[in-house]
Amino acid sequence: MIRGRGVEKRYGRKRALRGVDLAVPRGGFAVITGPNGSGKTTLLRLLVGLALPTRGDLLVDADRSRIGYLAHEPLVYRELSAVENLDLFGRLYRVPERRERIGMLLGRFALWEARNERVSTYSRGMTQRLALCRTLLHDPDLLVLDEPYSALDAEGTALLDEALETLAGQRTIVVATHEPDRLAPLQTASLGLA
Amino acid sequence: MTYLADVAALTRKDLRVELRGRDTLPAMLLFVLSTLVVFHFAIPADAGDNAAYGLLWVAIVFTALLGLARAWVPEQEHGVLDGLVLAPCDRSAIWLGKTLATLTFLLAAQAVALPAFVLFFEPLDATAIAGVLLADIGICAVGSLMSAMAAAGRAREVLLPLLVLPLAIPLIVGGVGAAVSEDGGRFLLFLLLYDAVFAVLSWASFEYVVTE
Repeated sequence: MIRGRGVEKRYGRKRALRGVDLAVPRGGFAVITGPNGSGKTTLLRLLVGLALPTRGDLLVDADRSRIGYLAHEPLVYRELSAVENLDLFGRLYRVPERRERIGMLLGRFALWEARNERVSTYSRGMTQRLALCRTLLHDPDLLVLDEPYSALDAEGTALLDEALETLAGQRTIVVATHEPDRLAPLQTASLGLA
Repeated sequence: MTYLADVAALTRKDLRVELRGRDTLPAMLLFVLSTLVVFHFAIPADAGDNAAYGLLWVAIVFTALLGLARAWVPEQEHGVLDGLVLAPCDRSAIWLGKTLATLTFLLAAQAVALPAFVLFFEPLDATAIAGVLLADIGICAVGSLMSAMAAAGRAREVLLPLLVLPLAIPLIVGGVGAAVSEDGGRFLLFLLLYDAVFAVLSWASFEYVVTE
């Protein structure tokens, strides 16, 4: 599903990602590790198509509509409620039975009670859980998650663990994390960036 | 139909965000009204109609700039633009939704500003009002694209006027011409042509502004 050879990204004279080789088969679970500034986020942005490689070959066999991207930032509007945000993205992603799917995800990530409150009133953990709902809303084939555990409390962490266990093997998943041990039972491939 | 539904959803979202945050429209209203009040006391009583129409256009252009400067702020917070760009909708729908929302704010500001202008200065005939409406479409179409470009850079507030004002000069010429000329229809036709050309250019080039 993902094949990259010598993938490099530069912003002007600054090299954000050194030549990376990467292969993740369909249904694989790849964990990307590395210190801050090693290019994890850059690599994920290349995978989802938000940036183009400066050098090397990168093939991602997934249509834009089938990719779910959890970024550092939650990619949701602060002035809208959880339901309004998910409804907007559900429309843009042509999610069938949108309302049912939104209700199911909000229930699963324990946001149902706060569904009509503005995101600006949410804690960081709640916002991260909403970002996970947005990422999973269209049931993507390829999940690209950037530090998914950041800001999550124990309950949120358990919910994410459960979701990843359910999806592992059925979906292709790429996760950049500082906590690789947590994902070790699920991972089928790993990449360490220096 | 799907394209129009996407545009409608994106426009509705912008109007809802503004209704909740009240960040843009009150600032535009306050600015345009206070500018007209200042002009009312600043220009001599015998300055003539043409000077008053010129000042109206100064107020309109800078009010539009104020709205455009804030147009992409909700998308910059929490990185939402990346989320929109990744969605499988036509990316030009994002531009069109933003243009329609900005146009709505500008029209709302003018619904207050034009009666205030009539009260303080000169009456406005139908041709002058048509000129204002056509210029609004042009400035919002071009301005939404330029605002997206400026938002990608670091010095948004400085960059935006530098990008928009040169492109707004034909609109000012057309708008003032429609108000003061004997043959205002020619200027309306010019504004219509500008709107059509620049709307198509902005629509077609938006994708290249928001992607690498």
